[in-house]
Amino acid sequence: MAENKSKPGSLLIKGGQLVDPAAKINALMDILLRDGRVAEVALPGKIRGGADETFNARGLIVAPGFIDLHVHLREPGQSYKETIATGTAAACAGGFTTVCTMPNTAPVVDSAELVAWLRKPERAALVNVFPIAAATRGSRGVELTDFAALQRAGAIAVTDDGKPILEDDVMRAALRLGAELNLPVVQHAEDTRLTEGASMNEGPTSFRLGLRGMPAAAEANIVDRDVTLAQQIRESRIHVAHLSTAEALKAVRRGKRAKARVTCEVTPHHFTLLDQDVGDYDTNFKMNPPLRSATDREAILVALADGTIDAIATDHAPHATHEKQVEFERAAFGITGLETALALAITKLHREHKISLTRIVELFTSGPARVFDLPGRGSLARGNVADVTIFDPTKRWTFEAAKSRSLSRNTPFDGWQFTGKVVATIVGGRIVYRGT
Amino acid sequence: MIHRLKSERMMTPARGSLLDIEHLEDKEILRLLQLARRMNPKKARPLLRGKRIMLLFYEASTRTRSSFEVAAQSLGALTTLVQSSGSSIEKGESLLDTAYTLRAVGADAIVVRHPAAGAPHLMARHIDLPVINAGDGMHEHPTQALLDAFTILKHKKTLKGLRIAIIGDVYHSRVTRSNCHLLSRFGAKITLCGPPELVPDVAATLAPGLSITRHVEEALRGTDVVMLLRVQQERLAGRKIQLQDYVARYQMTMARLKLAKRDAIVMHPGPIIRGLELTSEVVDCPQSVIVDEVRNGVCTRMAILARAMGKG
Repeated sequence: MAENKSKPGSLLIKGGQLVDPAAKINALMDILLRDGRVAEVALPGKIRGGADETFNARGLIVAPGFIDLHVHLREPGQSYKETIATGTAAACAGGFTTVCTMPNTAPVVDSAELVAWLRKPERAALVNVFPIAAATRGSRGVELTDFAALQRAGAIAVTDDGKPILEDDVMRAALRLGAELNLPVVQHAEDTRLTEGASMNEGPTSFRLGLRGMPAAAEANIVDRDVTLAQQIRESRIHVAHLSTAEALKAVRRGKRAKARVTCEVTPHHFTLLDQDVGDYDTNFKMNPPLRSATDREAILVALADGTIDAIATDHAPHATHEKQVEFERAAFGITGLETALALAITKLHREHKISLTRIVELFTSGPARVFDLPGRGSLARGNVADVTIFDPTKRWTFEAAKSRSLSRNTPFDGWQFTGKVVATIVGGRIVYRGT
Repeated sequence: MIHRLKSERMMTPARGSLLDIEHLEDKEILRLLQLARRMNPKKARPLLRGKRIMLLFYEASTRTRSSFEVAAQSLGALTTLVQSSGSSIEKGESLLDTAYTLRAVGADAIVVRHPAAGAPHLMARHIDLPVINAGDGMHEHPTQALLDAFTILKHKKTLKGLRIAIIGDVYHSRVTRSNCHLLSRFGAKITLCGPPELVPDVAATLAPGLSITRHVEEALRGTDVVMLLRVQQERLAGRKIQLQDYVARYQMTMARLKLAKRDAIVMHPGPIIRGLELTSEVVDCPQSVIVDEVRNGVCTRMAILARAMGKG
């Protein structure tokens, strides 16, 4: 990991607009990074003494490093789809300085050894990689993993992502053990008893295309159950991954009102696209949870604006061409997302739906940092980790999948014109990405 | 504003392809029906002499396969049948690789039946040959809809204002999806009938002018065309249905058929299960045009193949 390398020199970021929602700052500020930490934040021109390097951020937004709570980097075992090296290259191009990796690899990350393996320097990660470990052995949903050992090895949460923890007893036990260790349980909320053989959202489009549909209730039922459990089990923490339906949002709101420790994330594709965008069986629009109805997207947009949603997470899920250029029902679920997340947030949420840039930055920084309790991250307060994302909110550009840094090309956004682009990504005080 | 260019580098389907009714223009439908009227398998000109038509069947078929074969051969074309069992498909070859292989051995057009919805669309996006959909999963069966329209128009002057009852397993029926698109576009009034497990409310959103009833008597009263559908038990996948209840509530009997107009015709895309969705008496009654449908399938598919090869 980047942190383990030799200490970077000092870096002065000058003349940028600092947007740091946790510190309640939205002003022109200079920032000095030294020894991998934030050494000083001051009004323009007020930082005395030189730095080894100066970055001119005039006209740009300087934000805490973006944190993605939900990525699939496919190692170990599926390096033909992505590696930690290629996935983190895509991450830094998208402005992410920290990514949390999902355990549904081959084998499943259900042991301390595998968690440690993910964190080794040999993986050549360009950004911070925080593993989320499996909640049950082999993610089979039966026997809990050793949460304490996983946490000691560096796991920041547990999940069986890709699959839900269906059994009430298992979920209750996971939340109890998580509560003892202050470890969040991340749920892929899908009642698989209602989604057998289904490949998209249930609705007029699935009926027209002759595809079996996943009802919104398959997600909402599980979120509802989990929120109820979280209310019953003191200090337990439940995080709803890739929330996609209006009904599930109601359950999250209920939990938050009751002061349960319930958090949730949404993906850029769910706030941008609809089930009808599947068109004539375009497998780059196939993911799980699926693209939903206009009503669901509307509810998500409201919840993004009003603070109910804690974080934007990409669910970056790379797949090889041969897994996508097949019959829709047979195609793998998932799309890449690291390089288009900020652009979609600015283009759709800010410009189209008038959500403030401060709120957007919060959804990428302090919001996710709070979800998993990542100390020293999500804000550029003095002494914090020197992870910084610098972007131009007005830059127009066209995303070309062929130029992606990910090993895979399965994106629905190929050729899309965006506003808002990452200019530089700084991890531990070191510039790991410079935009062109 | 986001301007979408395209998400996959894909080709548009080759001219002459027939992937679904939904995107087929009205004038194309009318042209095909007109062409079908001029086709006669007993005295056809060899319009397609030397052409190779590949019949790629990933699913069982009696009517569609044999009538495509007879249609192609009547026009002088050569046909080759490739089925999933006994071919490299069994060994795990992908749909696209199979398509490229058929192209390389000299196919001029591919007729494909597949259990996955959209399989013909996938092929058509990747090869420069006409692709004809002979039924894809629960999606569409466009050639059946064309032969059904052809059959109806042999008995009724026009589709406009015609009342059509479609009774049975609508959810799993690709024939119904194609028929609803075609018939509703030409002004027919369609009533879908069956239990909610087989006729979900969302079915009414498929095309304009569709309505749903749970009562077979209501569907039948005053109708011009009765279309029956088999309960596709092989596709039920978790949807529970009691066949005895189905028979009691929805089976077409001579007594129920009397509720329809006196000159109503009875249709069924086949295969029929006597004693289940309809009685033997209904199959064989004078109003039944079930065998005519099969017969009309040959000339309709002759027209479709001729169009595919630019001879329409």
